[in-house]
Amino acid sequence: MTWTRGSAGPTAATTPRRPEQAVRTRRFSPAEFWAHAATAALMLLCIASAACLYVPGLAQLVGRRALVVTVHEWSGLLLPLPLLVGLASRALRADLRRLDRFGAQDRRWLRAALRRERGPRPQGKFNAGQKLYAAWIAGAVLVMLGTGLLMWFTGLAPLAVRTGATFVHDWLALAVGVVVAGHIAMALRMWSRQSAARQLQLPDGEPEFTDRTRS
Amino acid sequence: MNPTPSDDPETDPGTDTDPGTAPETDTAPETEADTNPETAPDADAQGTPLGRRVILGMLGLGAAGIAAAPLLQRSVEALAQQDPTGLTDALPAGGAFRYYSVTASVPPKSARSYRLRVDGLVDRPSTYTLADLRAQPQTRIVRDVQCVTGWRVPETPFEGVRLSRLLDAAGVRPEARAVRFTCFDGAYSESLTLDQARRDDVLVALRMQDKPVGYEHGGPVRLYVAPMYFYKSAKWLSGITVTEDVRPGYWEERGYDVDAWVGRSNGRDDAPTA
Repeated sequence: MTWTRGSAGPTAATTPRRPEQAVRTRRFSPAEFWAHAATAALMLLCIASAACLYVPGLAQLVGRRALVVTVHEWSGLLLPLPLLVGLASRALRADLRRLDRFGAQDRRWLRAALRRERGPRPQGKFNAGQKLYAAWIAGAVLVMLGTGLLMWFTGLAPLAVRTGATFVHDWLALAVGVVVAGHIAMALRMWSRQSAARQLQLPDGEPEFTDRTRS
Repeated sequence: MNPTPSDDPETDPGTDTDPGTAPETDTAPETEADTNPETAPDADAQGTPLGRRVILGMLGLGAAGIAAAPLLQRSVEALAQQDPTGLTDALPAGGAFRYYSVTASVPPKSARSYRLRVDGLVDRPSTYTLADLRAQPQTRIVRDVQCVTGWRVPETPFEGVRLSRLLDAAGVRPEARAVRFTCFDGAYSESLTLDQARRDDVLVALRMQDKPVGYEHGGPVRLYVAPMYFYKSAKWLSGITVTEDVRPGYWEERGYDVDAWVGRSNGRDDAPTA
């Protein structure tokens, strides 16, 4: 192969830059994306296996009770792990703080939502509904984990406590199923709204997270 | 949620701007100003730490639920018994049977293809058809059914041939101490000591709830061991083998008690069923 004169020197032609796209900040960091994806996968596995243990029609269809029990136990046990690992990420910790804190705009958002007022509602990166969901599901997962462990390791607590734990686990499971279904429905609605807005080149349905919160 | 980006006049909790006159701050394109969110002044991260209070509240409610469970459970069961629609069967602790199978699928057996084999330490090994079993004297027992996982179905009739009758017909040899049961699902097994197996409330059941035992309840023939947790009442019964020793069954190899008396085993204190 012959060498082109000067090709190794700094005078060679530079690669042209791509034309500037509109700069979009990422709403979530890769660490947050993967923490959410892993949590979602474990949650769906946990709910699906629970349904196969509990809904008679599905139990009959799937059978394999010992295997399904194992899948349910381990997916449930591992459910908090992605978030715990994700705590190493600064962006995730910052978002946890945002989810935790309720400010004036969140109270206004909730009031508007409860009154079913039409029109835009004030919010920061997360709206008050998303904040409440995050806190509720975190608490629910901890309760499911605790009651689940009491049912799994029968030596941990006396029978009265185990029966109570079973009761709480069963009923909270129903609530978690309904709430997670609502979470997915809201996400799908927002996603379709955003992609429609993008196709029409309109501002997105969901406001990008910008410095609008600190006018 | 927000169709336009101009709706957020009061983002700083410290200021009380009039929404009508608030400047619209959001017309500029997104910048990289948020790359360091922990140091940026962020109205979103200010305010009451309500999130952690909700989490703690859930934990408290969970503990309270465990404590109040007996009371709540009784109310649910009372409600379920008055429910004519059957909708409450779908709820936890609705007092109905639940379908448990340890295999992927169980091949159905018809009245023609079904066979029950009695063998092992007996003088006269034999094979029964469903018609053979129906021709034997039938015994009807009505007891509660108690599952080791907690559900209980009250006053359930079972009807069939006493196991002791089949054992006597086969002629149990003197060295025999136990009976092993196998099932045509290909995986499940159970066993009883010979004394337990000879009790008169242990049946090879052909009818349950005054109907022929349905496929999903282990039909056409299942075991029924009235005084024990329901996992002893093996579904889809196909083999009875008289043995020298008790061999732990499917769930017993996975930690359940072999002597599964209701209320006196598996760490439970349910009211006895017999």
